[in-house]
Amino acid sequence: MSQPAVVELAGISTVFGRQHIHRNLNLRVEAGQIVGLLGGSGSGKTTLLREMLGLLRPTAGSVRLFGIDLNDGDALTQRAVRRRLGMLFQHGALFSALSVFDNIAFPLRELRCLDEDWICRLVHLKLAMVELEPAHGKLMPAELSGGMVKRVALARALALEPELLLLDEPTAGLDPDRSQNFVDLVGSLQQALGLTVVMVTHDLNTLAGLASHVAVLADGHIIACGPKAEVMTVDHPFVTGFFGADRRKLL
Amino acid sequence: MNDNPRLQVASGRVVLTGQWTLAAMLPDLAILEDQLAGAGRSVGVWDLSGISRLDSAAAVLLWRTWGNAWPATLEISTLHRQVLTRVAELPQQIPGPPVRPFHPLEVVGLLTLKALANLRGMIALFGQLLLDLGYLFRYPGDIPWKEITANLYKSGAQALPVTALVGFLIGITISYLSALQLKNFGADLFIVNILGISIIRELGPVLVAVLVAGRSGSAMTAQIGVMRVTEEIDALSTMGISRTVRIVLPKILGLTAAMPLIVLWTSAVALLGGMVAAMLQLDLSLIYFVENLPRAVPVANLLIGLGKGVVFGFVIALIACHFGLHVKPNTESLSANTTSAVVTAITAVILVDAVFAIFTRHIGVPSL
Repeated sequence: MSQPAVVELAGISTVFGRQHIHRNLNLRVEAGQIVGLLGGSGSGKTTLLREMLGLLRPTAGSVRLFGIDLNDGDALTQRAVRRRLGMLFQHGALFSALSVFDNIAFPLRELRCLDEDWICRLVHLKLAMVELEPAHGKLMPAELSGGMVKRVALARALALEPELLLLDEPTAGLDPDRSQNFVDLVGSLQQALGLTVVMVTHDLNTLAGLASHVAVLADGHIIACGPKAEVMTVDHPFVTGFFGADRRKLL
Repeated sequence: MNDNPRLQVASGRVVLTGQWTLAAMLPDLAILEDQLAGAGRSVGVWDLSGISRLDSAAAVLLWRTWGNAWPATLEISTLHRQVLTRVAELPQQIPGPPVRPFHPLEVVGLLTLKALANLRGMIALFGQLLLDLGYLFRYPGDIPWKEITANLYKSGAQALPVTALVGFLIGITISYLSALQLKNFGADLFIVNILGISIIRELGPVLVAVLVAGRSGSAMTAQIGVMRVTEEIDALSTMGISRTVRIVLPKILGLTAAMPLIVLWTSAVALLGGMVAAMLQLDLSLIYFVENLPRAVPVANLLIGLGKGVVFGFVIALIACHFGLHVKPNTESLSANTTSAVVTAITAVILVDAVFAIFTRHIGVPSL
């Protein structure tokens, strides 16, 4: 039995006003892949990510997660799909009125069938997973440093043990050392939990350290998609310009 | 995929198969928990080699079933053993969220301290305002005219329709109710005195103050608060621009200047409403009303009303700016401070009104 692709975008077109963001875009992400989504500023990467999450409806085309169409009407199916994915927003999007502990516990509490002891243990597991101390649970999001915000946001995204993890600029705003730590962290979690990861990034080191596959978004569609080494050799002005002289280093 | 979590107890062994993940367990979580609890007490041999996935939620469930200890015999793949090990390594005593005992005295004390801190902050802001005014007096080129006029427009001109509507309706109501009483005593003509004094001296300013506190005061707090959350105020400071001169001062000056004008406008519209109601109810002609108004209401009342408007506007803007500047960067604090600003402003306005009433008790009351 062949499993359906984790993410399947078919014939996506997005139009904002008169501006065409995506034209007939196709993308397939199989289970277990770590796909880095590349593209210039304003090429519609984040828009594409939001469409995968169902936050934004494409003008035309279909988005299927785990083989289920996101624009299907049934609210229960929709919620079941959402519970199978975790999203790390660029700026964390932590609930500022809740403490770190409550932020991570939030999606677990929303299931309404786990008791407090269970939730408490799970939250501490997640905190340990992203290498934070139990004492950090009492802090409020405003008291955290940028790197810690990302870690807590990652812990919250992982709270329901999703099969698909979406990352928007996971290392933006972190220093090289921290961003390397974060890349290692996501990489080891991916191996331990068997996640499928789709990430949008500008950072070549993040891409080199984490991605197994690369999809390049330019001119409104995916111009290249495949294993990292393959995409590097594509002869397109954007690809050569983006990787430039560093092409060799990334291989 | 027919890979649901399953549990079988056979000849002293518990055999688990399928996907042991939170998502897969959810549909019949209660049944699984019961089965596990039943098996956990009696059996010491667990066979987990047949499960395809094990996530930490399921691992916690199993660990709790085993009473926080490894079972006597456990068959499991290395990968899944790691997941269980991670749960086992959690400290036994997990510090829960701290619960603060409730002491009424402590709460009262905290509230008092908070009120005093707010009072101190407002006095400090007032002092800063005076210093800024002194600075602007010496360097008139730095006066933020644009911001002041923008605030005048926003909190003054744009408030005209709503204050007019409310004023008109209140005028009609008071006039109608008084007319019913006055008719009984044959004292119809005194409607001019009642409406004139009550609206011009008291109701107009207070009514406008309450409306403006809800409308402009909350807007000021929210605006300054969001500017703090998004670090816009810090950005201003780094450009060497004083936040009080550019943000607080224009709001306070703008509202202080706009309030007496809105008071005048609202009182006028409320009187118009009262006149119309008196005309319909008591057959009192508009001309009689207008001619007798100056006689019944000494001009001092108008000045008191306008003076109240100035002070109320200043108080509302000062309180709104104070709470706005003390918003902490989270959504809860923003909403709490906006609420505090409006509630404090309305309370302060009524307090100040009482002070006004005491100090002006001999002024402007016509003696018959």
